[in-house]
Amino acid sequence: MPRRRDEMVPDAEFRSYYGQPVIKQPIWHEPHMPAYLYLGGLSGAAGAMAAAARLTGRDRLELAARMTAFAGASAGAVFLVAELGRPERFLNMLRVFKLTSPMSVGSWTLAAHSGLTGVAAGSAVTGLLTPAGDAASVASGLSGLAMATYTAVLLADTAVPSWHEGMRELPFLFSGSALASAGAALMLTTPRAQAGPARAAAAAGAVAEVVAGGLMERRLGLVGEPYRTGRAGRLMRASRVLTLGGGLLATVAGRSRALTALSGLAITAGALCTRFGVLEAGRASAMDPRYTVVPQRDRLDAGHPASAPGR
Amino acid sequence: MAEQRMGFFTDTTVCIGCKACEVACKEWNDVPDDGFVFRATSYDNTGALGASTWRHVAFVEQDGRWLMSSDVCKHCTNAACLDVCPTGALFRTEFDTVVVQADVCNGCGYCVPACPYGVIDRREDDGRAWKCTLCYDRLRGGMEPACAKACPTKSIQFGPLDELRERAAKRVERLHAEGTTQARLYGANPDDGVGGTGAFFLLLDEPETYGLPPDPVVTTRDLPAMWRWAGGAALALAAGVAACFAGRKP
Repeated sequence: MPRRRDEMVPDAEFRSYYGQPVIKQPIWHEPHMPAYLYLGGLSGAAGAMAAAARLTGRDRLELAARMTAFAGASAGAVFLVAELGRPERFLNMLRVFKLTSPMSVGSWTLAAHSGLTGVAAGSAVTGLLTPAGDAASVASGLSGLAMATYTAVLLADTAVPSWHEGMRELPFLFSGSALASAGAALMLTTPRAQAGPARAAAAAGAVAEVVAGGLMERRLGLVGEPYRTGRAGRLMRASRVLTLGGGLLATVAGRSRALTALSGLAITAGALCTRFGVLEAGRASAMDPRYTVVPQRDRLDAGHPASAPGR
Repeated sequence: MAEQRMGFFTDTTVCIGCKACEVACKEWNDVPDDGFVFRATSYDNTGALGASTWRHVAFVEQDGRWLMSSDVCKHCTNAACLDVCPTGALFRTEFDTVVVQADVCNGCGYCVPACPYGVIDRREDDGRAWKCTLCYDRLRGGMEPACAKACPTKSIQFGPLDELRERAAKRVERLHAEGTTQARLYGANPDDGVGGTGAFFLLLDEPETYGLPPDPVVTTRDLPAMWRWAGGAALALAAGVAACFAGRKP
């Protein structure tokens, strides 16, 4: 792919120990981790849409959103537990609450969100405890906002160069993708008369996802390279094509069930490609010592070494 | 802290690459084997620190000289592994060292990419994260860590961190006076990106030559900013959802 002159990253000279990585690669597995990132985002944005549908009196859309939010959170939790080295100890996640650990914050968020969406979905299915179900549905709007964004902090709060340096755009990439995913799922499961907001969400989320991803790759310079090259680059490019195509299709699908289905599937595939691509880019940036050493060496050579927290 | 901060000063100028530290560490801590591999790059056959390699002797073969250095967990002042651990399995001891409680760790793996030095790792057959404990059990018994005890040249020195830093500064001064001007300390500055390390080194070349990051940062330094950006994205998501529902109801 031709690059503009100002995007060219000079071949940085750097030294290393036999070309070995300085940091460890993230050990999170495929498909567990990217699937969880997708499902958590889907569930979070669906929770927010359930709350909005409730507050604007769109019953059928709210029902679909409640079910989607609960299904996403439950399936996501299964992937998360399966990812652990000691799955039988998953409850240790709730042993402490630590603001310094995005995974601790995320575990509590997931616990709250899956609880709320469980009550909302259970009440809708059984017809029992309707007031509690309605309250839970609205509350899952708030927990959903946290669900759809905390995973960006989870990745950025590491020594992995392409994740850490992407701390600004990753939350927008993930929340945009979450909105698109929820829109895609809901426009497929809601009668057309009430699916307007779902279509809008699919299109708006798709645009936000692609814009945030593009901004991130441009701003990051050298450590943005892993998002453009190799397997991660192919996944990110596929994500852009699928997401934009699906988002565009959502606005023109009209009455056609087939086009709506095609749009929803494309957006969903795009969101999954984003998550697999981001994981892969992180791995690639950890594997090559260049991405760890060169920015640090540049900092030292420029006379601006990193300083200790709180100093 | 009830006790003084304890640490390691690894003076690589006197390391002879014997790997007694690697062996003593494995023996004392019952660390499983990490593969019997000939790497064909140098006399290094453990390659890097990991779940089952808590001391790693690096061999840097340069024109006219060999550099050898016994690497270990840095026991950072601001330790990313400890900050990000969601279960509290990683904790700071009374000696100001950083230790994993194996009976609490659930193997989430978050500490692994958080460490700016690539020290801690997960044992795949066991599912938990492991790293140097600075021989916490031996320290509690009033003994020095196994690697320091076994080191035949006193390349690995154990003691109160203040004393070690003083001794290291004098050693660098002496080396400079003798003409070894490349000698420099690594990790001894309490103002660096991790607030200084409990295990620091005297090196003869740039840190990256030994596989060490030249200017490491504890990732959680930027966590407040990360939460702010995520908060912004959450608000944008709320606004986006609201906008999608703003149209007239059918």
